[in-house]
Amino acid sequence: MRSKEAQWSTAEMIHSLFLVNPSGDIFLEKHWKSVISRSVCDYFLEAREKALDPEDVPPVISTPHHYLISIYRDKLFFLSVIQTEVPPLFVIEFLHRVAEMIQDYFGECSETVVKDNMVMVYELLEEMLDNGFPLATESNVLKEMIKPPNILRSVVNTLTGSSNVGDTLPTGQLSTIPWRRVGVKYTNNEAYFDVVEEIDAIIDKSGTTVFAEIQGVVEACVKLSGMPDLTLSFMNPRLLDDVSFHPCVRYKRWESERVLSFIPPDGNFTLMTYHVNAQNLVAIPVYVKHSISFFDSGSGGRLDLTVGPKQTMGKTVEGVMVTVHMPKTILSVNLTATQGSYTYDNGTKLLTWDIGKLNPQKLPNMRGSLSLQTGAPKPEENPSLNIDLKIQQLAISGLKVNRLDMFGEKYKPFKGVKYITKAGKFQVRM
Amino acid sequence: MTDSKYFTTTKKGEIFELKAELNSDKKEKKKEAVKKVIASMTVGKDVSALFPDVVNCMQTDNLELKKLVYLYLMNYAKSQPDMAIMAVNTFVKDCEDPNPLIRALAVRTMGCIRVDKITEYLCEPLRKCLKDEDPYVRKTAAVCVAKLHDINAQLVEDQGFLDTLKDLISDSNPMVVANAVAALSEIAESHPNSNLLDLNPQSINKLLTALNECTEWGQIFILDCLANYAPRDDRESQSICERVTPRLSHANSAVVLSAVKVLMKFMEMLPKDLDYYGTLLKKLAPPLVTLLSAEPELQYVALRNINLIVQKRPEILKHEMKVFFVKYNDPIYVKLEKLDIMIRLASQANIAQVLAELKEYATEVDVDFVRKAVRAIGRCAIKVEQSAERCVSTLLDLIQTKVNYVVQEAIVVIKDIFRKYPNKYESVIATLCENLDSLDEPEARAAMIWIVGEYAERIDNADELLESFLEGFHDESTQVQLQLLTAIVKLFLKKPTETQELVQQVLSLATQDSDNPDLRDRGYIYWRLLSTDPVAAKEVVLAEKPLISEETDLIEPTLLEELICHIGTLASVYHKPPSAFVEGSRGVMHKRLPARTGSGESTESPDVGAAAGGSVPEAAPSVIPSQGDLLGDLLNLDLGPPSSTGPPPSSSGSMGGMDLLGGGLDSLLGGDIGGSPAMGAGFGVAPAVMPASLNAPMGGGLGDLFDLGGGVGMPMGAYVPPKTVWLPAMKAKGLEISGTFARRAGVIQMELTLTNKAMSVMTDFAIQFNRNSFGLAPAGPLQVLSPLNPNQTIEVSLPLSTVGPVMKMEPLNNLQVAVKNNIDVFYFSCQYPISMLFVEDGKMERQVFLATWKDIPNENESQFQIKDCHLNSDAVSNKLGASNIFTIAKRTVDGQDMLYMSIKLSNGIWVLSELRVQAGNPNYTISLKCRAPEVSQCVFQSYEAVLKN
Repeated sequence: MRSKEAQWSTAEMIHSLFLVNPSGDIFLEKHWKSVISRSVCDYFLEAREKALDPEDVPPVISTPHHYLISIYRDKLFFLSVIQTEVPPLFVIEFLHRVAEMIQDYFGECSETVVKDNMVMVYELLEEMLDNGFPLATESNVLKEMIKPPNILRSVVNTLTGSSNVGDTLPTGQLSTIPWRRVGVKYTNNEAYFDVVEEIDAIIDKSGTTVFAEIQGVVEACVKLSGMPDLTLSFMNPRLLDDVSFHPCVRYKRWESERVLSFIPPDGNFTLMTYHVNAQNLVAIPVYVKHSISFFDSGSGGRLDLTVGPKQTMGKTVEGVMVTVHMPKTILSVNLTATQGSYTYDNGTKLLTWDIGKLNPQKLPNMRGSLSLQTGAPKPEENPSLNIDLKIQQLAISGLKVNRLDMFGEKYKPFKGVKYITKAGKFQVRM
Repeated sequence: MTDSKYFTTTKKGEIFELKAELNSDKKEKKKEAVKKVIASMTVGKDVSALFPDVVNCMQTDNLELKKLVYLYLMNYAKSQPDMAIMAVNTFVKDCEDPNPLIRALAVRTMGCIRVDKITEYLCEPLRKCLKDEDPYVRKTAAVCVAKLHDINAQLVEDQGFLDTLKDLISDSNPMVVANAVAALSEIAESHPNSNLLDLNPQSINKLLTALNECTEWGQIFILDCLANYAPRDDRESQSICERVTPRLSHANSAVVLSAVKVLMKFMEMLPKDLDYYGTLLKKLAPPLVTLLSAEPELQYVALRNINLIVQKRPEILKHEMKVFFVKYNDPIYVKLEKLDIMIRLASQANIAQVLAELKEYATEVDVDFVRKAVRAIGRCAIKVEQSAERCVSTLLDLIQTKVNYVVQEAIVVIKDIFRKYPNKYESVIATLCENLDSLDEPEARAAMIWIVGEYAERIDNADELLESFLEGFHDESTQVQLQLLTAIVKLFLKKPTETQELVQQVLSLATQDSDNPDLRDRGYIYWRLLSTDPVAAKEVVLAEKPLISEETDLIEPTLLEELICHIGTLASVYHKPPSAFVEGSRGVMHKRLPARTGSGESTESPDVGAAAGGSVPEAAPSVIPSQGDLLGDLLNLDLGPPSSTGPPPSSSGSMGGMDLLGGGLDSLLGGDIGGSPAMGAGFGVAPAVMPASLNAPMGGGLGDLFDLGGGVGMPMGAYVPPKTVWLPAMKAKGLEISGTFARRAGVIQMELTLTNKAMSVMTDFAIQFNRNSFGLAPAGPLQVLSPLNPNQTIEVSLPLSTVGPVMKMEPLNNLQVAVKNNIDVFYFSCQYPISMLFVEDGKMERQVFLATWKDIPNENESQFQIKDCHLNSDAVSNKLGASNIFTIAKRTVDGQDMLYMSIKLSNGIWVLSELRVQAGNPNYTISLKCRAPEVSQCVFQSYEAVLKN
């Protein structure tokens, strides 16, 4: 009887893909099952019209006969059409892969690049999905099927008439390590790891941390010959609250020994992402003293901002940039900065103050007057302030790589680890 | 050189030029030409005219060219099926190629060519490819089976491909396994009852092994498949959970969410005191939190799912409130979802933080978001009692900001707070009153008026305040007008001496100067109440109101369970059961969470997880909204001539039918359409709300309706009750209406006899129904062609549709009708036999019937006796069949015939029944099972009426 009840939920199927530019033009369409008229995009374009900002277009839209799932990335909409019940995350993840693939192949993801390489993009899409099922989404497998363009090759191809399409089965495609091809060879064998941490934080008016967490990522650039088997260990792995791994990482070893053991893909890849959200572990590297006030007469107001270092672990904070989203009615600003320069975009109401390196001896300050549109009342909404910053040679969580060992190959590789801390969504309420 | 060169050709002669290039001798030129064709295709230009020329390029050793031609073929084969045949030979040949890449490419492309004729040729190559030595070919072939099934399901079954596909589940290569699972999943979607994969501990083990080794996409297929398995006991459940947990650390968020689904479902079976249960709960939080740092689109889907998860298991994320705090640059769709979850997680422990956040959000730029934030403060007050005071003071602070929409939103929620905590926060009324003038939205005005009326005795100048609204009474929206009417009546009952004038003013505004029937009705009710029995009026109007419940927007538990089983799907994003919205999902089954089963308890598989619900729409019961403000709605009839311009029903045909069954046979046919005493009560309402100008009493004569005795049996054919007088002439200024309902050729007809018993000619007939339980509505205008002369009778047949507005009536089959003519508007009620709504396709498949019968809980079963019926079981079956009550199976046990029958109502509700007929016993027993048990009584009456006539 049980078998009778056994049933299946969903069939993962992406029917069609449309690429749409910000002005609403469809510049590429690809159908995996049957052709769906591009008029289906009208529902999306309607939603696009309604949204204030392209980022605000809802990612899932239902139409009488289809569902439209879209992402907004690199100023382009990737819009897929779904006809049956499909996990939306599956589709969204796939769409991001498409964007990454374009980036990976052509160096950037833009309308121009896609138009210039229309046929290759089309061929790639065909390789990525079969009947709506993802087929090859790993960059190294794709690159064996369809070689990325480079100037030299296109010259050679034109001369010899040879092709961009590989005619043998990619080796990684079916092994249990699909991310790596065999026969990789380098004269210089090197493995570099970047530990990049971003601080997401909300600081309230009084300077208290409302919320803070660290999003970390370990990016790798591995150029090693053969089939190296690597083990990366940390001094303090217990810091990591939640981790997600590249499929190459052996989860069992992590569970039991807290080490990353893996056969790496060839080239650049994201080895692991993690986050640390134990509040006490998240150091806030800078503080902002701010005051904004408006005259009761309604004609204008004053702004005063000072940025200073807080918990920097003795490192220098650089690349500091403060962005203030001003109330709608602010017409212009007249400010003086003791360090760096500022711009004010009246269209977007964004005040950007590019400070640069933070000198603890002489804190950067910017103050001056704000003028309101004539007749406008005192602004009702409070502005928020976003901070960008960078700290070299520091992972703010304190995470440290202990050592990297290689097995399986005889040569001695160059190894390197770099740490960097950045501000992610770091905002201060005023 | 870039591909943009392919677009530079001028439109004119483009196709012609391409044709020439495609037929060129030079390989390179050919390839370039095909590229141009493809480029045109990608931007949506029609290049199908080049079909034969492109296909000619197919036989080539150049793989790139071959691929390009294949791309083209897939796009256009459907529009050129005859031409597509040309390609078959090359495909068959390529399937034998020594290069596995080419074999796979051929089988993959063939499957994409959705042309019937080609599919026959595909079978042999596909069979070979499914057993190919190269796993890459096998995995491609697996998907091809699904494609072929979509084109020709019968062929796939006949050729035995499904079995081959099932075998691939045990393939040594995990990628092949994953694709086989994916293909089977897709096929199974169109075969809800098929036994495609026997999920048993062995196959589960294979899937779990493949799970560790296949690609991320394959993992999603496998996890989604695992989620459908019903483990035998808690031990098996735990072991599956243990093997699925590592997936929570996957970089692909879709894998993570599918794993969450499996865990959420299987953990239902684990005993709560098990250590592992606690461990699992702890493991679920971090990945969910991590999803929120992904791209905004992913966040959105994650948040919609988290919304379900926190309703089902709030303990998982109860300490994670902060990750839902809104960042000002989050897209609006993320902000709104986060806000929702914050309220769900709000508790006494974190309310201070939440309130501080909400207050912050209330000063943001985005108006929609600000409004929702203000409402959220109100919801917190209602949810966390200890915080109510703080919430109220926060709201007062916000009111002080004088930001118009914030103030209005705040007043709306304060009203709700007053309803939840009566007599507690009245001190703030003064502050609220200060803002009276700034309110310009109807909802806020109505809320404020409600507050003034409710607390009239504490507001010194309540009469002045309310009076100030009266000035522009006719410009207000209905919502405000109704509220104002009620508030002033309340005021009058509380302070009768000073406000007599005011109440008279509002009553006359409402009843005499308003065209809005809702308002008029309410006005008359108050007027009569006040004039006949002020004490009763006080009891009615100032009655204690029921408290509003804590969380108003919780998802109903059975739906929640179903949605938990569909975590990660579109259903979970829309919070609707899958059956409700996905087109073409043939027979979606309902899923339930498994019940907890101890390992020792039973070896038999529990009847869980996959209860086959057949195609019974779960949502059906909710199709009938609860009986709302009946009084208000009764007269909300727009009696303008129906705007529908559809063709008039062919009057000659229906008239003929009339003659046969209606008119003259009246006296011969009798029937008991099952009037219940409730009828009387239902009607009692009607006269009370009649506009006073229609002073014709109406209640009394309706008793006639039930005085019909049993009559003569009718020959075969759907049961039609005899005509009865619905509207006696004395109540309708000389117009007498009698009528009945019939179902003819699938169309519900209201058959009316109109008689003019007055002295003057009647013209301009129109008819309108009030909202009713099954959405009955006239499908066209009432066709009374000629004027109706005195003493003339006319038969009219009015086809009805079932797509009108729905409101639950008491009794269920009550229909309130308004008929207009040149003299006046007349109202009457009638009851239709519910058998009119039994649709022709109500015959359920046996399997579905069995499953559905089991699936409907026993408390929905009702039993009735049909007395004094002298038919044998076959006659019963025939007779019922004629009225669309279908017999599905018959079983004889101990001389007793059991008939299993199904009925489908026009709104999709299924009624299943079991009728027991014992030879020689004139009393039958009938059991009815239905997801909407309220229809059972009516259905039973139909059985009785049909069988006895």
